[in-house]
Amino acid sequence: MKIAIPADEKVLASEVCMSFGRAPYFYIYETTTKMGDFIENAAASSPGGAGVKAAQIVVDSHADILITPRCGENAAEVFKATKLEIYKSTLGSIQNNIDAYMDNKLAVLDQFHAGFHGVGGN
Amino acid sequence: MKLAVLSGKGGTGKTLVSVNLAAVAKNSVYVDCDVEEPNGHLFFKPVEIKKEKVSIKIPVVDEDLCLGCRKCVDFCKFNALAAIINKLIVFDDICHSCGGCIMLCPSHALTEMDKVIGEINSGISEKVKVISGILNTGEASGIPIIKELLSKISAEEKMTVIDCPPGSACIVMESIRDVDYCILVAEPTVFGLHNLALVYQLVKLFNKPHGVVINKWMAGENLIERFCSDNQITVLDKIPFESELGTINSDGEIAAKSEKYYGLFSELLKTVVKEVEHETVTHS
Repeated sequence: MKIAIPADEKVLASEVCMSFGRAPYFYIYETTTKMGDFIENAAASSPGGAGVKAAQIVVDSHADILITPRCGENAAEVFKATKLEIYKSTLGSIQNNIDAYMDNKLAVLDQFHAGFHGVGGN
Repeated sequence: MKLAVLSGKGGTGKTLVSVNLAAVAKNSVYVDCDVEEPNGHLFFKPVEIKKEKVSIKIPVVDEDLCLGCRKCVDFCKFNALAAIINKLIVFDDICHSCGGCIMLCPSHALTEMDKVIGEINSGISEKVKVISGILNTGEASGIPIIKELLSKISAEEKMTVIDCPPGSACIVMESIRDVDYCILVAEPTVFGLHNLALVYQLVKLFNKPHGVVINKWMAGENLIERFCSDNQITVLDKIPFESELGTINSDGEIAAKSEKYYGLFSELLKTVVKEVEHETVTHS
């Protein structure tokens, strides 16, 4: 099973990124092999629709689980078409959050925000 | 002659200036391009309103024809499409209606569909033609409405005053594209000055002749006057900070219809017309 987590930096000690769509990286962790990789989030610099593109990247990585502090409506719409489950991250590092998930300590994320679109105007 | 009235922030006095200029010009056209919250009509109270819908083109997918090649997904700069498990999802709200995905689709799975995003209301108030654009709540961009508004007045011979949206983004650029002159309305606060500097940059970039109207003007040291003199910008007029004017305006009345303020706005109009004629002479 694969877990995806938005990351501020490419290290396991990194904090979980506060933004899903505009996180610089995603950490993709395989629970069976206990191995993971950081992938770049090409959506981070998008002029718009970052959530949609980031969701596409996460789905393409074949993640089954997403651990994130928050998630926008558009990204949630993409995930709805898949079997991916979303959990709300807790304070702490990426490693802390993987451990918390494995210990069944994370809650399901079921509130999606309307996004921060149009900030800056276009 | 087409005049645009703009400012870097809302609440500075764009509508006050636009409405009153159109009112003193009499045989004129007032165009409300502030499509997110048009309010000029509250002053003019136009009658004989004609309404027309404005729509944009958005892609719709025929899933039987979609090959899942993702050419559309990769092309879209706004990420309005996602391909999930061979299902293509279109996000209308993000789509900028460029039509690129439809052109690229090798299997003709994408076609255009009309989506209504707002409307244009046209009416008459004494001798002023009042045209307002209204963007439906939740829509991403009012630019298609502004394009439609401006196409309506492209051949207009009468004095036309365009009440722009606040700010200096794309929607304002679209509004000033064809105008002869830009009137920048500013209020003498630090925030007002910052926003004036932004729209000033914009009109210079577009190479539009321009001048400043200082609203809420009070005697004494004035931030905006200093900025204008430092940058050699013409100050067209100063509208005094008076509760009487504020009251007339907040009652939804046109100040220029009162004896006291008629002179202020008719002088402003004369000054602007002179500026435009001067520009025409020096640039021809």
